[in-house]
Amino acid sequence: MNVGLLYSRIRRDEKLLLSELRERGHEVTKIDVRKEQFDIAEPPAVLDDVDVVLDRCLATSRSLYVTKFLENYDVPVVNSAETADVCADKVKNSLALEKAGVPTPNTEVSFTTDGAMETIERFGYPCVLKPVVGSWGRLMAKIDSESAAEAILEHKSTLGNYEHKVFYVQEFVEKPGRDIRVLAVDGEPIAAMTRSSDHWLTNAAKGGEVEAFEVDDRVRELVEKASDAVGGGLLGVDLMETGDDYTVHEVNHTVEFKALNDAVDADVPALVVDWLEAKVQNEAGFAEATA
Amino acid sequence: MADTITAEDPVTGEEIEIPADVEVGEIVDSPATGAELEVVSVDPVTLEEAPELEEDWGE
Repeated sequence: MNVGLLYSRIRRDEKLLLSELRERGHEVTKIDVRKEQFDIAEPPAVLDDVDVVLDRCLATSRSLYVTKFLENYDVPVVNSAETADVCADKVKNSLALEKAGVPTPNTEVSFTTDGAMETIERFGYPCVLKPVVGSWGRLMAKIDSESAAEAILEHKSTLGNYEHKVFYVQEFVEKPGRDIRVLAVDGEPIAAMTRSSDHWLTNAAKGGEVEAFEVDDRVRELVEKASDAVGGGLLGVDLMETGDDYTVHEVNHTVEFKALNDAVDADVPALVVDWLEAKVQNEAGFAEATA
Repeated sequence: MADTITAEDPVTGEEIEIPADVEVGEIVDSPATGAELEVVSVDPVTLEEAPELEEDWGE
């Protein structure tokens, strides 16, 4: 097959995927999203021969638009525009999880500092203020006091762009110094790890230590539901342990897996490419059957 | 150590060593300045200063 790899930066994750695809004899069309023009009717020539596009855009804004263009061109894309839309925005992400009955931290959104302050006082300290778009633990605030809340809200409201005036306040979950990242393909876990840190943010990007995690039945069930809730695909589902259960705080749609690949015995890029091959084959079979 | 090749650091003009298997679009750290450099072509390898981190970057 010919896989279009949509990118603006080749991280180690993309390099692992490129190596795996090439080793199996697949053609790869690297598509630098910064260099293309996307006509509303005619696809760019770079897409002529691709069977599927793997969206590995680093910038969420680009991912959201390009996946929409690809779907309009009838070019299969992983993940779908729908999945990107839900996962790129923490508000949509939380709404989808809640609606699907997946346990997720209690969250409220308001549009003024006064409104956010009311939520914060009700949730109590500490609680968490997150940007609605963002990743790698950046601009996340653990609010320990009223004075900290007032300062952070004032900063966001004065210095931030309009998205920072959407105040996403979440209860603080007392996790056991770690959270769990599960990499899943259409709801099926293929590898999982814990990310541990003394810091309240345990993201691998923040230097959290990673270790393989064995997926139990409950995690498997929650990952499947969370994946369905956001439209499926190749996803990174993040969970926290709450003592007697788990809570899913986020699902990521252009998931990084280099830290996971180092932590587990499984060959993560090989499993991702297995899934991609099966997906393309199924879609080709379906198209043939309906032709 | 992995195979290396040399390329010109666009910031300092010095010849720097980078991995031989770099891809277009990959970022390498300049051993001279620590700056992030983007591989914009291979054969021969050309480097440019990498774009600054944007707020919507991530996974």
